[in-house]
Amino acid sequence: MSTPQRSEKLTLASFDTRTLPGHRLEVPAESALRLDCGVDLGPFAIAYQTYGTLNADKSNAVMVCHALTGDQFVATPHPFTGKPGWWEHMIGPGLVLDTDRYFVICTNVLGGCMGSSGPREINPATGKRWGLSFPVITIADMVRAQARVLDHYGIDQLFCVIGGSMGGMQVLQWAALYPERVFSAVPIATAARHSAQNIAFHEVGRQAIMADPEWTGGAYAEHGIRPHRGLAVARMAAHITYLSEVALHRKFGRSLQDRQQISFGFDADFQVESYLRHQGSTFVDRFDANSYLYITRACDYFDLAAEHGGVLANAFRGTRTRFCIVSFTSDWLYPTSENRMIMHALNAVAANVSFVEIETDKGHDAFLLEEPEFFATLRGFLAGAAEHRGLKR
Amino acid sequence: MATAPAGTARPRANIRVDLKVIADLIEENARVLDIGCGDGALLDYLEHFKRVDARGIEISQAGVNACVAQGLSVIQGDAETDLRHYPSDAFDYVILSQTLQATYDPKGVLENLVRIGRRAVVSFPNFGVWHVRLRLLVNGRMPVTDSLDTAWYETPNIHLCTIADFDELCEDLGIVVEQGMVLDSRGRPRWLRAPGLLANWLGEQGLFVLKRGTGGAG
Repeated sequence: MSTPQRSEKLTLASFDTRTLPGHRLEVPAESALRLDCGVDLGPFAIAYQTYGTLNADKSNAVMVCHALTGDQFVATPHPFTGKPGWWEHMIGPGLVLDTDRYFVICTNVLGGCMGSSGPREINPATGKRWGLSFPVITIADMVRAQARVLDHYGIDQLFCVIGGSMGGMQVLQWAALYPERVFSAVPIATAARHSAQNIAFHEVGRQAIMADPEWTGGAYAEHGIRPHRGLAVARMAAHITYLSEVALHRKFGRSLQDRQQISFGFDADFQVESYLRHQGSTFVDRFDANSYLYITRACDYFDLAAEHGGVLANAFRGTRTRFCIVSFTSDWLYPTSENRMIMHALNAVAANVSFVEIETDKGHDAFLLEEPEFFATLRGFLAGAAEHRGLKR
Repeated sequence: MATAPAGTARPRANIRVDLKVIADLIEENARVLDIGCGDGALLDYLEHFKRVDARGIEISQAGVNACVAQGLSVIQGDAETDLRHYPSDAFDYVILSQTLQATYDPKGVLENLVRIGRRAVVSFPNFGVWHVRLRLLVNGRMPVTDSLDTAWYETPNIHLCTIADFDELCEDLGIVVEQGMVLDSRGRPRWLRAPGLLANWLGEQGLFVLKRGTGGAG
């Protein structure tokens, strides 16, 4: 009896996200959030992490926005996988987002599955999991929910809002929705609208999930099952889009997995197959299939120009925010051309904008990696912005 | 390049003499766009010593990255493709130093400069300077000088002109020359006013402050 029983690996399926480490903002029903789809969502919760200390005049807050399958554990080991935070080399004392200087906030997006309200959580009105009855959310809804966290702290203006990929969309939405609350904005490897190709890849992922019989119309949690096969396939397909062909070839080539010859079968002969299968199978331990549907949908619906009479520049008219746009040469998911389009829109309103393209062969995922030139850019931009904001070192 | 921690680099008070001449033309607190800003030396100077709202455009990605890493607001782009996106009168000054002669469409660029800036500061090597004329006359070959230091087959300068040519184009476009001066080969201003016959003979470079005429060329 003295040896503790070996606990089963913690996964999302069995976990009450209310017990996750970090903070949780519970917004009561009377402060419901009016969603773009017209539904009033309330009560709702936003789970988040903070790093560093908010200064006296509340001018040093930085909002980090996570990507599609990211979460609030940006610089904290993941509670399920134990892996380091997804930007842990970016955030900390003396790092790019210096926690001795800035107060960093990272929220789990609305619709997510790490403690914020989403399809995986219990609908307080019914006592059952939301499933597909959760309203369809947009990038703007995510941002409005994040703004409630600022309100909670009494922060009038963020020193910076920063994020890559879907996080970059939130950054753009922040700047468009709350220009006076954003001193500087760093959209990275992103786009102001989802292209047909972007939507197409997402649809493949969604169809993979919905084709899994265990998805059961989104009600799998009620049956105690999970569409892990479908979700794994969705992840596999998406993962390919995050890498460049060069990177994939360099990493795997046509190398075989634990064998000398091809097997004339459908086992994972190639290392790249084995790798993708691994990516898929570990992903399902920490992500919810319905959340994947909702969040990919939010990306697909994103079109900042459409919200502003079809002219992207109108989204930023009169802005005083300092922008720094970053793209990566080998990113074909949100290529430089899409990022340059944002730059042109900002030029059209004579906004203060920097635009840097980083040379790398690592594809879209480069924004998660420690690319020296990328980090030097961010360091410089933030230092310049901090000087203009009058932030003390 | 330029991986020095930004914000820790001390503003450079000593800049190239031709850049200093341009900086002296700019009023304090102005909004400035420097096209072809290179490593950002002029922008950095303007921002720190003239409290200017300084922006830059640079064609080389390495140059842009170095500028942004210093905390300067710079985008990757060039005079020919990126100026058209800016609204009219977006800046108090638009600077195009030693670049006009390397553009495909100097006329279009010039029109855009005076459209997006209330004033444009333009400098270029003067192909009319006496020793260039002499070299062509005596040697019968394309001159290679301090200001024009590459052979004809590899020079980026595809649209060379003289100060007189430039003045004529401005007149055609209804652009007003507010101020003109000539610089020597080291970028130091000479006592001559430009345009003028003597300026065209003696000026190594021409430097002009332009503005859109009331008749409006664009």
